[in-house]
Amino acid sequence: MNWPRLRSAAARQARRGGLRLASLSGWLFASLFFISLCGCVPHEPRADLVIVNGAEPESLDPAIITGLSEMRIVSAMFEGLTRLDPKTVVPGPSLSDRWEISPDGLVYTFHIRTNAVWSTGEPITAEDFVYSWIRALDPATASDYAGQLYYLKNAEDFNSGKIKDSNLVGVHALDPQTLRVELNHATAFFLDLCAFQTLAVVPRRTIEKYGDHWLMANPLPSSGAYELVAWRLNDKVRLKKNPRYWDAANTQLNVIDVLPVGLPNTALSLYETGAADVIWDKDLLPTEQFDAIKNRPDSHTFTYLGTYFFRFNVTRKPFDDVRVRRALALAVDRDRLTRRVTKAGELPADHLTPDGTANYHPPHGLGYDPELARKLLAEAGYPGGKNFPRFQYMFNGAAGGAAKSHEMIAVELQQMWRENLGIEMDLQQVEVKVLYANQSRLDYDVSRSSWIGDYNDANTFLGMFTSTDGNNRTGWKNARYDDLVHEANIEIDKARREQLFQQAEKILVADEVPIVPLYFYSGFNLFDPKKVDGIYPNILDQHPMNAIRRVDRPRPRE
Amino acid sequence: MPSAGWIAPARASNMYFLKRLAFTIPLLLVVSLLAFVMVRIPKGGPFDRERKPASPEIERNLLAKYHLDEPVWKQYLRYIGAVWERDDQGQWHHAPAGFNTSLRYRNHSVLDIIKTGLPVSLTIGLLAFCLAMAVGIPLGFLAAAKRGHWQDHAGNFLALLSVCVPGLVIAPLLALVLGIKWRLLPVALWESPANAVMPVVALGLFYSGRVARLMREGMLTVLQAEFITAARAKGLGDTQLLFRHGLRLAILPVVSYSGPMLADLLTGSFIVESVFQLPGLGVFLVNSLYNSDYTMTVGLVLLYAIVLLGLNLIVDFIHAWLDPRIKYE
Repeated sequence: MNWPRLRSAAARQARRGGLRLASLSGWLFASLFFISLCGCVPHEPRADLVIVNGAEPESLDPAIITGLSEMRIVSAMFEGLTRLDPKTVVPGPSLSDRWEISPDGLVYTFHIRTNAVWSTGEPITAEDFVYSWIRALDPATASDYAGQLYYLKNAEDFNSGKIKDSNLVGVHALDPQTLRVELNHATAFFLDLCAFQTLAVVPRRTIEKYGDHWLMANPLPSSGAYELVAWRLNDKVRLKKNPRYWDAANTQLNVIDVLPVGLPNTALSLYETGAADVIWDKDLLPTEQFDAIKNRPDSHTFTYLGTYFFRFNVTRKPFDDVRVRRALALAVDRDRLTRRVTKAGELPADHLTPDGTANYHPPHGLGYDPELARKLLAEAGYPGGKNFPRFQYMFNGAAGGAAKSHEMIAVELQQMWRENLGIEMDLQQVEVKVLYANQSRLDYDVSRSSWIGDYNDANTFLGMFTSTDGNNRTGWKNARYDDLVHEANIEIDKARREQLFQQAEKILVADEVPIVPLYFYSGFNLFDPKKVDGIYPNILDQHPMNAIRRVDRPRPRE
Repeated sequence: MPSAGWIAPARASNMYFLKRLAFTIPLLLVVSLLAFVMVRIPKGGPFDRERKPASPEIERNLLAKYHLDEPVWKQYLRYIGAVWERDDQGQWHHAPAGFNTSLRYRNHSVLDIIKTGLPVSLTIGLLAFCLAMAVGIPLGFLAAAKRGHWQDHAGNFLALLSVCVPGLVIAPLLALVLGIKWRLLPVALWESPANAVMPVVALGLFYSGRVARLMREGMLTVLQAEFITAARAKGLGDTQLLFRHGLRLAILPVVSYSGPMLADLLTGSFIVESVFQLPGLGVFLVNSLYNSDYTMTVGLVLLYAIVLLGLNLIVDFIHAWLDPRIKYE
């Protein structure tokens, strides 16, 4: 074969052929480009406010949701008898404008406001509330948060299927405007609960018509300040102002987009380029850039009701020995954790219930005392950590900036226990689902945990470690603790109630130590105060959307 | 093209393609069964959360509602809609097939999610495919034609570079430069045509390198074939010889590869979709595994299998058309 000649010929042809091919592909490319761009890419005007909200909402059904990112959206769409003040998060009048409480604190009579209507125009009645609450309690709904309604008479038995007749549950409509609620015992935070999403009113007819897919109904009746325009998974939730909301005059913005963003770097890019106005979660920022961001004028930190802690599995040796648990707790230098790892103004925690909880001053638990820790460990039969079995610390790696801090905290703990006590542990990183499943099955030695308060009361933290609570997950049972929490919850006198809770918490964090609190979360919002206003730091990290407004442009006309 | 060359293999292959089609159904069943069992291997179910339900009863209700309390074989039969149940009155009823229920997104169905996610992945995937072809084929062609010259080396280097630098690097880099530094394009989201540019480039460039390399190898092999020399000896013109007869064979490896490549592209890329926050299917596939959303995972695996099988079938058709020597029996 005369290769050189052929090659030069081939080269000539190749150029021509290549050009033809390229132009062919080019045409194909261009036409497809055009078709797809016209057909598939949406063209939507920008919303008045774009919020980066975190994980994609699992649901927007008030009875189903469990996460803070979902609750923030749902609270704009469905409201309850009360709502939280955006600054103080104290519950105030909402769909109910007034109520009477019986002197023993057992019976609440709510009056539904006369101008309460669904966004579709039908009136919101007391029967709607009865339906909504019974629905949340109905075993068929399988609501994770049904426990928020257990304070109602017979609610727990109805939810667990012991009684079938929903009429026995302590919520009844006396007439379309009047709702009577009977409680098991006086509950200091019941009005707070009425603002909680699980207790919000939902549209009966829509739900009965569409079943599980009712949120996709169009129009979807809304009882809150905003209506759902679109909910596209992994894309956005678009909300528009509900003009029929009872307080619509004070709703500040017309259209709000809520974005689920998976990667912290993407979230920050969106914010920095102006495609998003608010990022309201620290976990949505890249950890490595946090130091630079936290000192900027658009970064806002505040304390809120959340605690980071770890659990012992007290059914496993050597953690069945309280001396071992106390030794490990005393050997943790919490300052080091907040200084080196979390860095966003988190406060070291030696007790579970965060400071600032309403009507409550938490007692101190175990501080940092390596000397005492070593002594206790020696007493337990492991002088200098000798013969202490190697154990595992289980934590989750998840998306977002939080995953890294779980690991960094695990490494710090490993180091502190090695230095102070001479004991060794292995790090065991698992998927978050596996962590929860193993905690529930008590299949771990020590594991990381955290808890965010549902309402502003000590019970949202302390109730968790009673013997029968599903969130206990330590195997720890203490009759005295159970009694104290129970007594506190039926106590009407605030001072006496606080004392009972304090005694209980002391058992938990100072004496028995099935858990070791590490630090209190700090809330974090990123928004430019020259552009956006009405997002207030508060102890529940709840920021009602109807209060948020723009200060960089005139308020849009309706 | 000569008509006899086209019709003959087509007739001979009809049975073959019918057989292939018939074989697809048991194959999909096997794929779905394997996926169905394998997603259950990791510990932790769809309803394991930080917050335990208020009572064990609620947990039982949840498991019962989604039939996760049944043995796996029965769950699978239910998934494909092959369960008949007796109700309280003793009547037999067909239990609805479970493939459409997402365990994570309970207000959506698996088909709904595919319906909204697929167009996005299709758009990005098709555009990236066109880009990969438009860049890769001429690049490979040129490199082969200029074998040993600087064009060849430069082409090879570029192709190798694009293969070695994954989307994980290209995507954030593009976003940083074009999106944040120069503010030319939106950094993320799915709102306007401009949003499609960076994802398409990030995905397309990666595959264009592979296409270029395949194209170059294919061309070089064909240029050495005896029939080219024979055709030249018979006095066939250069254009006809190389473009019609040469290229037709040289492109075969690219055609073979484009089946799985297009299947990958059309069903979405996790990395590119995450970086640019696109509502495509790639993110759903990976997240459904994290969330133990069993039905969702199996549904997406099945979708991928269907797309792959379909594309491979089309690729075989194109093969038969391009190369008359290929006969499928």
